[in-house]
Amino acid sequence: MKNSWLLAAAVAASFVSAAQAPAQAATKFEFWHGLSGDLGERVQEACKKFNDSQKDFEIVCVSQNDYAATLQNTIAAYRAKKQPAIAQIYDAGTLDMMLSKAFVPAKKLMADNGYNIDWSNYFPGIANYYATASGELLSFPFNSSTAVIYYNMSALEKAGVTAKPETWEDVADAAKKLKAAGFDCPMAFNFDTWPTMEQFSAIHDQPIASQANGYKSLSAELVVNKTKFIDELKFFKKMQDDKLLVVKTKQLGMDPIPAFASQACQIAMSSIADHGTVGKTIAEGVKWDVGMLPVFKGTERKKSLVGGASLWVLAGRPAEEYKGAAAFLNFIAQPDMVQWWSTVTGYIPVTKTGFEAMKKNGFYDKAPYKGREIAIASLSLTEPTENTRGIRLGNFTQIRKEVSTAMEAIFMQNADIQKEIDQAVERSNVGLRRFEQTYAGEKLN
Amino acid sequence: MEKRGAFTSWWLPIAFALPQFLLILLFFYWPAAAVIKWAFTLEPPFGGNAEFVGWQNFAQVFADPLYWNSVIVSLIFSLSAALFAILIGLVLALAVDRELPGSGFFRFIYILPFAIAGPAAGMAFRFILSPERGLMALVNQSYPDFWNPGKYGSHALILVIVIFIWKWAGYTFIFLLAGLQSVPRSLMEAAAIDGSSPLRRALDIQVPLLAPTLFFLLVTMMTEAFVGSDTFGIVRHTTDGGPNHGTEVMVYRIVDEAFHGLNYSGASAQSLVLIGLIMIFTFIQFRFVEKQVHYK
Repeated sequence: MKNSWLLAAAVAASFVSAAQAPAQAATKFEFWHGLSGDLGERVQEACKKFNDSQKDFEIVCVSQNDYAATLQNTIAAYRAKKQPAIAQIYDAGTLDMMLSKAFVPAKKLMADNGYNIDWSNYFPGIANYYATASGELLSFPFNSSTAVIYYNMSALEKAGVTAKPETWEDVADAAKKLKAAGFDCPMAFNFDTWPTMEQFSAIHDQPIASQANGYKSLSAELVVNKTKFIDELKFFKKMQDDKLLVVKTKQLGMDPIPAFASQACQIAMSSIADHGTVGKTIAEGVKWDVGMLPVFKGTERKKSLVGGASLWVLAGRPAEEYKGAAAFLNFIAQPDMVQWWSTVTGYIPVTKTGFEAMKKNGFYDKAPYKGREIAIASLSLTEPTENTRGIRLGNFTQIRKEVSTAMEAIFMQNADIQKEIDQAVERSNVGLRRFEQTYAGEKLN
Repeated sequence: MEKRGAFTSWWLPIAFALPQFLLILLFFYWPAAAVIKWAFTLEPPFGGNAEFVGWQNFAQVFADPLYWNSVIVSLIFSLSAALFAILIGLVLALAVDRELPGSGFFRFIYILPFAIAGPAAGMAFRFILSPERGLMALVNQSYPDFWNPGKYGSHALILVIVIFIWKWAGYTFIFLLAGLQSVPRSLMEAAAIDGSSPLRRALDIQVPLLAPTLFFLLVTMMTEAFVGSDTFGIVRHTTDGGPNHGTEVMVYRIVDEAFHGLNYSGASAQSLVLIGLIMIFTFIQFRFVEKQVHYK
């Protein structure tokens, strides 16, 4: 419903602007994205800003409702030769896109259309996720985030905790004090693998898969059953047994972030992209803050992984549309657009100049945006290495699901931690081998 | 001599059948052929070289214990959902058929849930029966985990079955009420004069005469519960197949593998197995059950 409504709106809008510029018809091209609701409207706004800024091109932005559907529909459209010029593909779909040969590399597109882009302007911590092993960027980082931890500082103060916890041991101590002070749910938890497996592994310098997290070869295997990830699950399980950690899922009634925002729970892990939502929904006067995801005591902290999505330019469109696509991608990378996008959404700026401009404007100094700079700090803490560059695995959506289901069994049904994760790894590896066979003979460059 | 209307030319019947034939070709045989091709090959999602792999996709599906788990979940789901939806529809239809005051109103009310889309019903029930915030939260406060579909697979399965029944009892109700109205009034009146109670009349006259309708509903409801879009929609919006695969019905697994795992080949193989299973069910039902249900 919403899709067709948006499409109708886009079509209607295109008639209007066509009427305004009768002299020369603008080249139209499509952009499919996976954001809906408030964020989806912000994307439409960005498209409108682009259309208003020039007369040669007209971008038609269509929401596909979510990331998985966007990848799905892009595949279907590509097979039917009706693909959009630009598609927004989430982190987990990166390898599928890379091996598809269905795209125009970012560098080539901009060079062909006469744009001189300083590629080193992208934060390496962000760009490396979407770049080849040799560092060439294939898609454009767009909406980027990373995981952080949210603290209700008012509650912590009431419980006698004065400083933001830095390690998981500190968090457990703070949770104990919260519990003693009468808070039922010191920390909320769900089975999202993104903070718990992916970010945790990067920060603790642990591999997720062999072959440099899959960057070197399609023969990579998942290894999370042999890393500190297991220790982390044991730690959380102990916290749960001590009633310091409470599972919050949709099925039980509430996800961690709504639980945090309604002050039912006092600590929660989530994306920095929720910073805006929490700020808007939490009761006034409540002091809250975000911090980098904690580490275990004695760990030398590494950079975290970027999440979100990037923009891929699809192959097989007329040359005119590529001019438009290049103009649009150039437009949204301008510092003022970067700042606007980051302000209205909560996603982080992806270029150094964008970030510097925002810092200079004092964006990060005052509420409600104070704290968001933590995400950039977390992403650029250390140079990207094999364990912290990103994850390059096929079937990654399915792998996330296997591990998430294992966590569900562990935290809801008291299943054995090692056994469940072993099983999830084994099942994920079957998927990885099938992926390797599907792309037999392909090499990662 | 039997007199039959027949077409004299050969092209006219074909011309009449053509639109329907084209539609079936486009929306059934063509996709089915694509699924068969996919089931025996491995092809990159964006297209490219499809490598023929023989029965490998099927072998992987059958070797997966979670696949068999989904078969069992599907069987439990469709059997209990079909039986209870028919049973409840029957009781409601018998009640409305007595034409007591207000039965017109109740007829309307009973049909109403059928007008609601499965996913919407799933969303609503997820909130209504949520263990921490819904109606059962009160019970859970005194008896922790008395009802917790987020924790126990059995509770979650009951939850999705209840939602399915809630919606489809209205559908069986329509058919059964229509069936009841074709039961001759004279039979009922004669039985009433002989002094049999409403319950006796229902069991001895109405239900046996409804046998063909009940059989039809059994076949359609089983199929609907097995492969219907509501089954997927309800599971997707209520439990997401969880906890720990507890409500992972076969259709949910297929959609999940194909569209989230991008494993079109494995999903296609599962689809073919599912089509085969449905054919076997329907065959058994027609071969062995239908024999018992003719008017005698």
